[in-house]
Amino acid sequence: MHMADALLSPAVGTALWAGTAAVTGYASKRLKREIDDRMIPLMGVLGAFIFAAQMINFTIPGTGSSGHLAGGMILAILLGSHAAFLVMASVLTVQALFFADGGLLAVGCNIWNMGFYACFLAYPFIYKPLAGSGQKPARILVASLVSAVVALQLGAFSVVLETLLSGKSELPFNTFVLLMQPTHLAIGIVEGFVTAGIINYVRSARPELLECMTMPRPLGASVSLRKILAMFVVLAVITGGVLSWFASTHPDGLEWSIEKVTGKGELPEMAQGIAPVLRRIQEKTAFLPDYNFKPAGNEPKKEAAAQAWPGIEAGTSAAGIIGAAIVLGLILLIGAGIRSFRGRDT
Amino acid sequence: MTFDTHYFDIGRLDRLSYKNTFVHRLDPRVKVIATMLFLFTVISFPKYEVVGLVPFFLFPALLMAIGEISVRFILRKVLLVSPFAILIGVFNPLLDTQTIAVISGIPISAGVVSFLSILLKFALTVSTALLLIATTSFPGVCHALRRLGLPSLFVSQLLFLYRYIFVLMEEAMRITRARDMRSFGTRGSGIRVFVRLIGTLFVKTVDRAERIYYAMLSRGFKGDIPSLGRTGIKAADLTYLTATVAFLAVFRFYRVTEGIGRLAQGLMQ
Repeated sequence: MHMADALLSPAVGTALWAGTAAVTGYASKRLKREIDDRMIPLMGVLGAFIFAAQMINFTIPGTGSSGHLAGGMILAILLGSHAAFLVMASVLTVQALFFADGGLLAVGCNIWNMGFYACFLAYPFIYKPLAGSGQKPARILVASLVSAVVALQLGAFSVVLETLLSGKSELPFNTFVLLMQPTHLAIGIVEGFVTAGIINYVRSARPELLECMTMPRPLGASVSLRKILAMFVVLAVITGGVLSWFASTHPDGLEWSIEKVTGKGELPEMAQGIAPVLRRIQEKTAFLPDYNFKPAGNEPKKEAAAQAWPGIEAGTSAAGIIGAAIVLGLILLIGAGIRSFRGRDT
Repeated sequence: MTFDTHYFDIGRLDRLSYKNTFVHRLDPRVKVIATMLFLFTVISFPKYEVVGLVPFFLFPALLMAIGEISVRFILRKVLLVSPFAILIGVFNPLLDTQTIAVISGIPISAGVVSFLSILLKFALTVSTALLLIATTSFPGVCHALRRLGLPSLFVSQLLFLYRYIFVLMEEAMRITRARDMRSFGTRGSGIRVFVRLIGTLFVKTVDRAERIYYAMLSRGFKGDIPSLGRTGIKAADLTYLTATVAFLAVFRFYRVTEGIGRLAQGLMQ
């Protein structure tokens, strides 16, 4: 679920960059005060550990497809919110730089989607109260499952919001939600099982490791308040999830998006027939109407197209295409020229 | 992508940055700033812009040519990560069917144009980001980020991560190889074995971190990784930055491509 630069608008990209930078600054400041130097190499090596762990695949039971670890939850459980957020941020930065998984502007979004929710919402407000003192494997399993699912659902929903607010994609809100949320529900469940398995393994093999890492973060007296808060968060997420599910399982909408995804059915006709229905749903659920949320509403689309495309007349676009071809040719020539020139030089 | 190619690809990108060309010698800070400006300019184009994006390929093309970076290598990496952008963008032609142009009898819908625009932006942003590492080296970018104001704890984190990726990946490679040798068919590839493997890797990793810490302590570690290189901004760096900014401004605000096209049309007539 890495966002890509190409799907972002500058406003959304900058906003999430700023948010992520602020949280990173805050987390480093807090850590500087709290931890000893011992943690610095540990955090760094654990970041590399997440990378290595992602390289090892496993078969998901019952499906035959293979999955790997995402890692946000397990880091939060092992290192605590602040350190885990920094490690996730560094992992995603390296992924952006080396694998071009998500771009340099989208890295703000990605750290937010995959780091923030796991480290600052799911771990303190869901995992900690549910897992309690962390002695019973069953409680650890339940806590990991719920928190991994919630973190991934929030992350996936953010991807939807960020893409739609950027307005580069035409995907309507309902279809996009329907594409993202169920997929990430499955991923979240697998992630939860794996996380719990690893924590339980480490706890039985080397219990002192978990103890010494979790020691400096006592739960304190605020447990009861946290529990109440966690209940609220879980309730809100469930209600939101169920409601959005109902909103999007409008029979036509569902059939329509499934056919769209599988590529069956005659598409243009389909879009025409379903447009009024979708528009009605859209009118009911619409927020931020100025953005490109509207699905197949024809009149506003015409306007938008005319505005964004000033030169519809054939002359301008022909000139544009010829110009583009010439420019591309020139670029290739310049590149090849420099290369052969340097080749002769050395 | 199999494990080994993943591993060797990182190594290859890393080795590209050892070269000594004009681009490689530029100050890392300048390169980071120029790259960010470039990315920002490219994604600031409106949704239906295609023609205006084409000249921007000059920037990665020049970097590749002067920096002596293999075009094929960068192209392959761009293709490898393209599925997500394509998956999201491919719905545009289906949903946005308003015809906005007719080229030699074939109607072009707005969705096709915006999809094309997403693809161009994708190719531009990904290739430029990869070229930043290929011409600067990862530690170079990290030290530049620190001097540009990122928290030093986060930068140390990045440097450690980078240093140990290679070590731990080799370890993971040995582990998967051992698993594959002992497994037959789908046996041993399940979640139960996976959890044990990762658990073992984790325990080993923590022990390694402990050893690293003591080794660093005995060499005077005080919670920070300073850089020995003291580079200053030189005239070449300033020229590079000014040229980049001028290039971006000209092609962002003037429709140069269409002008060239008109000129060619005029010449042909």
